[in-house]
Amino acid sequence: MPQTTKMITSRFDQPDSFTLSGYERTGGYRALRKALAMEPAAVIEEVKAATLLGRGGAGFPCGTKWGFLPPTVFPRYLVVNGDESEPGTYKDRLLMELDPHQLIEGVLICSWAIKAKQAFLYCRGEMALAQERLAQALNDAYAAGYIGKNIMGTGWDLDVVLHWGAGAYIVGEETALIESLEGNRGMPRLKPPFFPASKGLYMQPTVVNNVETLANLPWIVNNGASAFTAIGDPKAPGTRMFALSGHVNRPGVYEVDFGTTTFREMFEDPSLGGGIRNGGKVKAFIPGGASAPWFFEEHLDMALHPGPVGAAGSMLGSGAIVVFDETTDMVKAAWRIVKFFAKESCGKCSPCREGTNWLEKIYRRILDGHGRPEDIDLLMDVADNISPGLAWPPRQTTICPLGPSAASPIMSSVRRFRHEYEAYVNRGGGAT
Amino acid sequence: MARLNALNVERAKELIGHYPRPKSATIPLCHLAQEQDGFVTQEAMTHVAELVGCTPAEVYGTASFYEMFKFQSVGKYLVGVCTNISCMILGGDELLEHAEKKLGVRTGSTTSDGLFTLEEMECLAACTEAPCLQVNYRYRERVTHDQFDQLVDELRAGKHTNEIPAHGTVARVRQSIPSDRRASKDVF
Ligand SMILES: Cc1cc2nc3c(=O)[nH]c(=O)nc-3n(C[C@H](O)[C@H](O)[C@H](O)COP(=O)(O)O)c2cc1C
Ligand code: SF4
Ligand code: FES
Repeated sequence: MPQTTKMITSRFDQPDSFTLSGYERTGGYRALRKALAMEPAAVIEEVKAATLLGRGGAGFPCGTKWGFLPPTVFPRYLVVNGDESEPGTYKDRLLMELDPHQLIEGVLICSWAIKAKQAFLYCRGEMALAQERLAQALNDAYAAGYIGKNIMGTGWDLDVVLHWGAGAYIVGEETALIESLEGNRGMPRLKPPFFPASKGLYMQPTVVNNVETLANLPWIVNNGASAFTAIGDPKAPGTRMFALSGHVNRPGVYEVDFGTTTFREMFEDPSLGGGIRNGGKVKAFIPGGASAPWFFEEHLDMALHPGPVGAAGSMLGSGAIVVFDETTDMVKAAWRIVKFFAKESCGKCSPCREGTNWLEKIYRRILDGHGRPEDIDLLMDVADNISPGLAWPPRQTTICPLGPSAASPIMSSVRRFRHEYEAYVNRGGGAT
Repeated sequence: MARLNALNVERAKELIGHYPRPKSATIPLCHLAQEQDGFVTQEAMTHVAELVGCTPAEVYGTASFYEMFKFQSVGKYLVGVCTNISCMILGGDELLEHAEKKLGVRTGSTTSDGLFTLEEMECLAACTEAPCLQVNYRYRERVTHDQFDQLVDELRAGKHTNEIPAHGTVARVRQSIPSDRRASKDVF
């Protein structure tokens, strides 16, 4: 039986979970009061000790990232990444819709810790309800004295501003997010030389954190780092929200203890996935969003832990697990993901802009029955030009990791299911 | 079809005031323009440029990057069906095909009564509820073909207008920071 502590989804079943009164009644804003009584540096130390790994995709330790801010450069900003759009990913939207005050309290704790001048909450454009809930929550929190001037009578001032996008996956990448927040096209900046911590929003030191990452902060401040590290695996502590989609009987968003639950438990436990549909078997699964290389049967008993998952050549990424049963057409599945990256390529660098679009065209040719035998290796060759060596972690000839992400479904499916590609190519004769 | 009206200029100024630099308000202001006219007009982009202090070309340059901004009129209801991976393997393509038949238009076009525009969407962050769609960015999840037909019929009959405003309006709740609660403004 997998361990499932409800740390950040504790209010999800409560009908008024998104209101200020519902939040205050269940202990809300207590952590903020506690944090404001601490030195900012002490808050950073607590978060470092908690080993809170970023939940946005890269899994970088949150406290360590805050420590990269140059000590004497002000003003500093906090930018909250609520752009959730990696295919398969569904958790930040729930946190924004169902418990906006928990996120806002996390934003305030982080801003206090890093001495931010202002915080920006960037919500994905297509999420109308999340924007409404956040706007209402911010208005209520301002009125109640949790945000703005003289917060909770302590003399500390901070504005938290809701910002919203207009539809572009790439804006989830942190430097593109910053460009977008500055009013520009959402194109990533080349890093190095500058990382957001040193030169970010308006070329000032900036912390970019994911919604789920920040939603953990109230719990950590309330209960302490050692209580946090006691849950889950010591190297990947706390809980994580996983969106389990695809061919399971009970698709859903599940918060489970981090680093201890296995994929098999995730798919089969009656309280989680409840088994593969129609009593079938797993053919392949994506462990961490469309950008992640695929896993297969032999990975089922691995824990959802960044260590082993990374060593086996993939990632947990944004907590997005997509399960394919035996009926799934692997060529078509890979094509759909490649098509996504081709469409979402921002166009700033040619290996990604040209490469992903050619890859998509080759896939279409294969799917339409006009594929040539050499097209299978051609796919791998073009992918190799975007991500040399087709290795893990990926190397890149591009400005950001979007381009190399397109290589993941290609190398996974061609290496494992080459016969399915060959069947398409040999069938020939146009679409069936 | 025009510049922002007086009410929206007030809203625009308030939004601009939320940021240390006015240009940061470009996207929210383009949303205001789209809310006013149903799409982002050239006149509105020129007006936004004046308000945030850049050229109209820069506003268009930014706005044209983003999928949600439309530069010609679309239907009152933008129906977006997700066909990305989690939805595709649970009937997203079939749902889109069904939507084309029900609405009598190809993906990307608008019904002749101007009521519906059909779009194919990328992942909507509702993957566990596949197949799913949005009508003006309001979700419908685990949608069957019958449910789709019913939704369209009801929208045609003028239902759901409380939940689903006409295309252009995304959030109906706005952030507003009372001047006496505002932290001191950043001066660059
Ligand atoms: C192409 C691309 C898309 C991304 N999309 C998101 C996203 O939607 N949400 C998110 O939080 N992080 C996203 N990231 C990761 C961010 O760049 C960044 O690492 C993250 O927001 C940092 O927050 P964390 O340290 O709290 O995880 C994306 C990265 C890339 C390369
Ligand atoms: S890799 Fe693709 S998305 Fe990233 S900067 Fe280059 S063109 Fe843009
Ligand atoms: S794939 Fe359709 S909502 Fe994510």
